[in-house]
Parts: sequence; C-alpha cells; structure tokens
Amino acid sequence: MVTLTIDGKKVTVRKLSTVLDAARKLNIPIPTLCHHPELSPYGGCRLCIIEIKDLARPVTACTTFAREGMEVITTSPYLEKLRKTTLELLLSDHPNDCMVCERAGDCTLQELAYFYDIRENRFVGEKRPFIKKDENPFVERAMEKCILCGQCVRVCDEIQGVGAIDFAYRGLKTKICPPFEKDLDCEFCGQCVAVCPTGALTGKMWAQKGRQQDVRTVDTVCPYCGCGCNISLHVRRNEVIRVSSKEDTINEGWLCAKGRFGYEFIHNSDRLTKPLIRISPKEGFEFSSQSPSFNPPPGKGGNGGVRSSPLTPHNSRFKEVSWDEAFDYIAKRLKEIKDSYGPDSIGGLSSARCTNEENFLFQKFIRAVIGTNNVDHCARY
Amino acid sequence: MEEVLEKILTTYRKEEGNIISILQYLEETFGYIPENAVNWFSKKLVIPASRFYGIATFYAQFHIKPPGKNIIIVCSGTACHVKGSDRLISGLKREFNLPEGEDTTADRKFTIERVACVGTCGMSPVALINKQVYGKMTANKLIKEIKILKGKKTGR
Amino acid sequence: MRADIKIKVCMGPSGIATGGADVIEAFKNEINSIGKKAIIEERCSLHQVGCLGFCAKDVLVEVVVDGKKTIYEYVKPGMVSRIVKEHILEGNPVTEWIAGEEYYNFHKKQIKVVLSNCGEIDPEDINAYLAVGGYEAARMALTLMSPEEIVEVVKSSNLRGRGGAGFPTGLKWDLSLKIKSDVKYVICNGDEGDPGAFMDRSVMEGDPHSVIEGMIICAKAIGSHQGYIYVRAEYPLAVKRLQIAINQCYEAGLLGENILGTGFDFDLKIYQGAGAFVCGEATALMRSIEGKRGMPTPKLWRSAEKGLWEKPTVLNNVETFANIPRIILKGADWYSSLGTERSGGTKVFALTGKMKNAGLIEVPLGITLREIIYDIGGGIENGRAFKAVQTGGPSGGCIPAELLDIEVDYESLALVGSIMGSGGMVVLDETDCMVDIAKFFLEFTQAESCGKCIPCRVGTKRMLEILNRITVGNAKEGDIELLEELGQDIKVTSLCGLGLTAPNPVLSTIRYFRNEYEAHIKDKKCPAAVCKDLITFSILEEFCNGCGACKRACPADAIIGKRKKIHKIDPEPCIKCGTCFDVCKFNAIMKM
Repeated sequence: MVTLTIDGKKVTVRKLSTVLDAARKLNIPIPTLCHHPELSPYGGCRLCIIEIKDLARPVTACTTFAREGMEVITTSPYLEKLRKTTLELLLSDHPNDCMVCERAGDCTLQELAYFYDIRENRFVGEKRPFIKKDENPFVERAMEKCILCGQCVRVCDEIQGVGAIDFAYRGLKTKICPPFEKDLDCEFCGQCVAVCPTGALTGKMWAQKGRQQDVRTVDTVCPYCGCGCNISLHVRRNEVIRVSSKEDTINEGWLCAKGRFGYEFIHNSDRLTKPLIRISPKEGFEFSSQSPSFNPPPGKGGNGGVRSSPLTPHNSRFKEVSWDEAFDYIAKRLKEIKDSYGPDSIGGLSSARCTNEENFLFQKFIRAVIGTNNVDHCARY
Repeated sequence: MEEVLEKILTTYRKEEGNIISILQYLEETFGYIPENAVNWFSKKLVIPASRFYGIATFYAQFHIKPPGKNIIIVCSGTACHVKGSDRLISGLKREFNLPEGEDTTADRKFTIERVACVGTCGMSPVALINKQVYGKMTANKLIKEIKILKGKKTGR
Repeated sequence: MRADIKIKVCMGPSGIATGGADVIEAFKNEINSIGKKAIIEERCSLHQVGCLGFCAKDVLVEVVVDGKKTIYEYVKPGMVSRIVKEHILEGNPVTEWIAGEEYYNFHKKQIKVVLSNCGEIDPEDINAYLAVGGYEAARMALTLMSPEEIVEVVKSSNLRGRGGAGFPTGLKWDLSLKIKSDVKYVICNGDEGDPGAFMDRSVMEGDPHSVIEGMIICAKAIGSHQGYIYVRAEYPLAVKRLQIAINQCYEAGLLGENILGTGFDFDLKIYQGAGAFVCGEATALMRSIEGKRGMPTPKLWRSAEKGLWEKPTVLNNVETFANIPRIILKGADWYSSLGTERSGGTKVFALTGKMKNAGLIEVPLGITLREIIYDIGGGIENGRAFKAVQTGGPSGGCIPAELLDIEVDYESLALVGSIMGSGGMVVLDETDCMVDIAKFFLEFTQAESCGKCIPCRVGTKRMLEILNRITVGNAKEGDIELLEELGQDIKVTSLCGLGLTAPNPVLSTIRYFRNEYEAHIKDKKCPAAVCKDLITFSILEEFCNGCGACKRACPADAIIGKRKKIHKIDPEPCIKCGTCFDVCKFNAIMKM
C-alpha cells in the first residue's frame, strides 16, 4: 500500500495503482476521454494531466503510478488552461453537430465542452473528411466524430479478443477502421459502441428513437442465454429504444450482439402476448404423412426447418384464452397423460431465459407434481 | 501466389520475424501490400487483418496501392529543402499533370514520392529515379531524365 | 614491388555523382598497364558524405606511398595517368592538384574519436578493425572487468546519450544493472530520422564493428544476452555492412555463445525499420521491434525496468555505442577531458546547408558554433551573410548570429531554445526565410506524428495552418501570439519527445526573428524573398541580353520577348516557380 496526497487530501491505495485510481477513490474529478478502468492505459487524450511536486512538467494521472509521499495537484489555473487548449484542439476537428447527434446529453466530449465553456474556438482548420458510410447492419460509424481515444480498439482486442478494428495511417490522417477500410464485418457485440465516449459509434437501430430526455432506465437480466448478464433497458414512451449495461454488474458492463442489439422482439407485432389453445388444423389442410411436397407457408419465424405437420403452429387454428383457462387446460391434459401413460411419459424442458427461481420451481413441479426426473434446461440443471 | 506466400511464411518462421517483416517481404515481392495476401497471413497466423492494415498504413515503406513502374523519389530533407526540392516536386507534378493528392500517373508509369532525408545532403537537392541517386538536381534536369525514361517506354 | 602503394578513391554519393567509378577504373587500368602492384580501394562507399567529410571537393583520392599520404581533390579520370606517372612511378606528387588549405582547415579543429576509423579501414573486413585495436576493449571488458567496473568507467567518462536528449549513459546502464531479470535487452537505435542528419549512418556504414563492440561491452555491463540493432529502412547499406560485421563476429567467436572463451553469451540481430520518424522515440522503437505500430506508449515503467517485451532494456544511440570501446581502451579521464565539465567527449555533426565546406565533422564538446561554422565550415558560400544555424533537426531550433559564440553542449543549446539533438546542423543564410524554415520543420513533424495524442496530432496541424496563413499573406494580428501560446501548450502536454519538441523550430524563430514574421503579416512581404505568394518575379532590363534561356525554361509560358530583345514576365500566368531565376546566367531576374 502507498499513501499519497492529492489536492491536500491523504489517500492510501494498493501498490501499482495509478494516480488516477487514487483520485477516483477520493472522488476527485479528473477529466478523461481515453481512460477505461478495464482496459490497458493509453495516455492519448492528455486531459488527466496533473502536477506532481518536484516534477518539472505535468504528467498524465492515468499513466503515473502512485508513490509513497507523492504530492499531487489535480487542478490549477495552469492545468485547466492546458486542458482547455487540448479540448479546443479536439473540437477543432469535430463536426460539433450536437443538435442532431444521437449521443447528445450522453457524450463525454459534450460534457467537457460544457464544463470548460468552449463557445468560441481559437483554432479553426482542416477537418478529417469521412465520406464513405459503413453499411454494416448494427453499428453506425460516424468516424468524423471519432476522437481517436482508442477505447474501441482496445475493447475489441483486450476484452472481446477479436481485433476487428485497429488504428490505421498516422498523424492527422489517423483513423480507426476495419482492414482495408471495408465495412465492419465482425460478431457485432457492440462493445465498441458501449465504450465510445462520443457519438462516433452508435447503434443503427437507435437512430431517431429518442435521446436522453424522457428516457427511463429499467435494470433487468438479459433473457438470452445462461450467462444472465445485467442489462438496462432504455425506455421512452413505453418503448425500449436501447439496451446498455452498467459497469458495476456481474458482467462488468460487457454484452454480446444478442443482448445489446437483439431487443426488437419486445415490440414485435408477431410476439405472443396472450395464451393460445390449438383447436384444429387450418381449413383446407389435410394431414397426410405422404405429403412430402408440403412447403411451409412463408412468413416470420418459420418452423425451424422441421417438416410441417398439422401440429405445427402455422397449420393450426388457435383460440385466444385467458391465463386461467390456459392453466386449467394444461393441468387437465397433463393429468390425463400421466394417468394413462405414467409420469415418465412426460418430460419438461425449461429455458436459460428464465430466472433461477423460475427454473427451480419448474424442476420442482416436474419432479414433485408430475413425478418424473425427465427435466432439463438448455444451460443444464 | 500461394507458393510465394508459403515461402515468405517459412522465412518468417525461421527468422522469428514479426508482422513488419512479413509486410516487408510482401512489399519487396509485390511492390505493395495485396489485400488477399494479408488475409492469407491473417488466417495462417491467427492475427487480425486489421493489425496488418494498421501497420502497413503506419510505416512509409509500405504501399497499399500498386505503385507506378518508375518510382521517382525526391528528397525533402532540410538541406534539399533550402536548395529548392519543392521546385523539383512541383515541376514533376506539372510534367505529369498530376492532380492534388495523387502521386501516381494515370497510366501507372510513374510514381512520385517524397522522403524525409536520404542522407546525401552534400549533393542536395537530390532525387532518386528507380533507386539511382541524382545529385544537384533542377526541375529541368529531372524532367530530361524522365523524358529519357518515357522514350524507353519500359519500366524497370 | 612491395605493396606499399595505396590508392583510396572516394565513392560516396557525391563521389559517384562526380565520376568516382570512372576514376577507380582509370586507376586500375593505369596501374595494370605499368605492371605495378597497388591496393586500390573505395575509401568511402555509397552513402558516405562522411568518409573524408568533405564531399564538396569530390572526387577525393588519397594516395599513400611508403606511408606518406597525399590527397588529391577534384580528380577526373583524365588526371589519373599523370598522377600514376609522376607520383607513383617517379615519387613526385602532382602539386597543383593536391587538396588545398581549405581541406586542411576543415580538419584542423576536429578530434576524431567515433569517426577515427571511418574512411580509414575497410568496413567489411573484421581484420582491418582488429588491426587498429578493435575488440581489444571488448576483450578487456569480458575478461578483466566486472559489470560494476564497466559502468563506473562509463559513468566517470561523462558520456551522455548522443541521440539528442543527453541522458548520462553510465547512469542508464547502472539503473539496468541493478534490476534483476533473466532476460535483458540491449538495443542500438540506428533510426536516424532527422532530415539533414547522417552521422549514425556514416558510423554504421563506415565502422560497424565499433557499434557492435560497444553493444557487447554494454551487454556484459548490464547482464544481457540478446541485442538488437534497429536501422531505418532508408539505410540499406548500413544494414548490409552491419550484417557482414555481425556474421564475421559470429565466425570469430565475438558473438554467440561463450564469447572469447569467457563463458559470456550475447546474440545480436538487426531489425529494419519501415519508415517512421517517430520510431526514433524509445518506446515507439520497442513497439516497432515487437512488430506493432510505432506508437509511443505511456511510460508507466522506465525502459530500464520494463522495455522491450516488458523486459529491462538499455537503448542507446549508434554514436553512443561507438564511443564505448574507445572509452574503455583509453580511459574515462581521457574522454571526459575532451569535453566540458558537464558533457564529456566529442560529438559528430552533419554540417549542411549554405556552408562552403559541407560535410561530416567531429568536434570536442564545448567548441563554439563560430568555430564550427567559420573555421571548419569555411563560412557561408557565395559570399552571402550568415543568418542562423539550425541544430537538432525538427526538434531543435534556430540560433542567430549574435549567439554564435555559445559553447556547444546540451545545456547551453537548450538555454537558447534549441537542442543538441542527434547532430544535424544546417546553416542558413540571408536568402532563407525563417517562417518558411519553421514551416518546413513543422510540416515534417506534423506528417510524422503518430496520431496518438491530441496536442501533437491536431495541435501541430493547427500551428502549421497558422504558418501557412502567414506565408501566403492571410494571417491576422495575434497569429504570432496564438502560435506561441499553442506551441508552449503542446510542449507541455504531448505524450512523447516528438510532440514535446515539435514547436521548437517555430518558437525559436519567433524568439529571434519576430520581425520576419511581422513583415509577412503586416507588410505582406517575405524579406528573404522565399514565400511564393508574397513575391513577384521581374526582369531587370539593364541585365537582360535577350538570350531567351528563361523563356525556354519557363514551364508556364509566362515570359515574353523576342530573341536578343529584353524579355518581360507576365505576372498573370507566372506560377512563381523560380526556374527563370535559376537559369538566368546574367542575374537579370529579380524576385522581391
């Protein structure tokens, strides 16, 4: 452990902590754009510069180890002037179109521009042109807004282990792009979108769905697989318009393509919202095991490549019922089957999409009520 | 092509090289960095292609597009600059009618490059035509040399 | 006949350009035809402006008969037969062709330590190096000295990093020696990227063994068994020569396992850069050896603790390593006595620009700039007036005439707003525009910025844009102040040495030549008549004899006039390329 003084306050941190870590522990705000606690230190944005006693020149807090007895100053008119210059430079190569930007209100760069009161910029000059649009299905890449903090590159490499993007070229021409500047073609986990501090990377499906105003976040668990990642639904006018995840969760804020972008089913018109009971095959459909030429009707969902039978939903007619009616029907049929064929004729499959509690109850039901051990779950009991 | 790449891979393994050395072999063999070669190595070595591209665009030695047949390098080192290397460049651009930002002629016969310093400041300004050093150059002398090359109608 | 005749022909680039190959050929034919035996060799090979250091007088030929050296200047093939006949056969040197006073003045104030072998021995022959005491220092270090003793010698020699920053070499080694690790690396930085610098190149090409020997000694001192020499891609001959030297060392048991039977192992490998100036920066260079983009990485650790592949690493410049064997052999006291109190030894400079005697020189630290420029360099060419000397390349600054008497060492150069740098020294005369020079250097650093940190990536670009405004006459009041403010901020906030020093050329020219900046902004004039947009070309009627040379040369057909009649320049189509100015033999073209 080492003890140091930051802005007159003493703090003790573990060895090999950076000064930035120590300041965060004291809740002292130091602006950063390229720092991410889960990623390797980068030292590119130069905003976290601090002064250390007996050092001639300011250094960056994110790349300086805290040392015993160190005396650190995180703010002074001089440091703030240097930070402002750096921000002005950054904004001189930025579209500054916050009015229509997806991330307005949720953008670190915008926040810093506000706090440093940058209305007029002393520096005006050439900006990086980005004409080509990336045609991938999920990630909107507005690279003219990119500040080259490199968080997306690091998350893709260090956390996701994919390396779909990297820095290319150098100097003012530096950009972050897929190989040979093709369209992004990766697993679309969207981690890059999650860490981007500006509007450079956003979800394509977020566009014009609403910004920060009137947005409520609802914390829940991702329904897809057994990992059970914590997610936050961004809800506006009773519609989920975005999914994110917080850093202090079991999944440390990381998500995959399904969790992050696969939320459209929530408001899909095909989604079942009431119980249905099958009553008969569709009219005109004759069941015959000798009808191999049967083609499943086109439409959403399909039937997973299973040969159609009168029992598949596409070929059946359904009656909408209340939950009470549905439960009664299920209980009645299960009882009939158990009585006629024995409990082992029944099996139960539940889902990793359910919560632990639900899955516990389900196996309890199959084992104790039905009386069979035929129970499983896609992520195993 | 596959054979050539295999050969490069073998040398690379033998010399315990890195991505840069692979790209140097590619540049030497093809005169530029072909995309399919990068993809081939990316698969073989399980290194993302983006890394190859990032490195290839970072270092001045590598070309992403195939260069012209004849490469004219004008030194823009300090000594050459004060002795007028800019005039050599603008003279060449006029001669080839090259638009801004373009460094290879439309017929892919000539590519003009600038380098920081070739280290022959004693004879500045310096130009290299297909690796041959020409010292104490003027725009007119340079264009004369190029006209000779054009006359030959062949490259290297 | 005894083989005591040696003929050395300079085959540096300028040697070649002035017909060195033909001269060699002529000597061979001539010697063969008279049936004498002689050693004819290329004294300095393709590259070396540095060899005899004095390429302005090429082709230089050195003839040694019975140990007596004679140097001929401006040798042409046609002169060879007379030299052979009179000098070699009859023993009477051809006095009228012997290099004159200038040649000797050029060498008078120099002390050759690092360059002592350059141009004297065949760089591709290890025996030549051994014959002049080569690898004696390595033998001493490996057999007689402890690591601590080696470090102590280097420390007390006062040798400081010759790459430019001037960090004491002994201290660097000491830090690394004290770190415990199985694997340590020694890296030689041969990524000499400053425009106008060719010191390291000359050493690597002219005396590669001295660099290798220095590295072996360093390896022994810090306990490293693997070394790398990082050479920039633009120096293929340096790579070739070093590789030959390394191979010879392996054969002679000077590299590899159990060196000289001492049980010490050291392997050495060359890495070729791929063309990025920023790779001269230590962390970027290491990333480059690791096969990554050469972007500097934050210095959480010192290189001595975690450098290449996270292992303790000592990285020194070519010239620094080349000094080491001499220090070990001749002693720390001898070396430190050559320099000043704070910086020991000599420094190699590449003297270029508007000098009479451009070339490669080696001088003791503490010499004054005036001595270098006037005594060694012979002053300004074409009788023009001296304006400034630029040291330290794109990281350095311009030093004006009134400061010519400062002593050359790390501190005093820093004090006047420049740096020692790796040793580029460009002399500027009255026809050089200081704004243009500042712009030139900034253009270079801006293009070579790795793009990682904001001050360097965007800041240098914005500075360059302001300079551009100034040179085309679009600048406004306050632009100079804005340049100064921004430059000062970049000098503090940048990530690596490139950005931290990039504003130096601009800041130092503003400091000493502010009036030139003001002339561009307020009067829209370029006092040195360099900035195209602020000058016009015209023909002085009293000098024009109507020869038509300018008219023929003009690429824009902007010159009108009949043969033998006075010509005129039409300002409309004129693109101000300056071709007419260059071709006119009668000084009839005026630019202002």
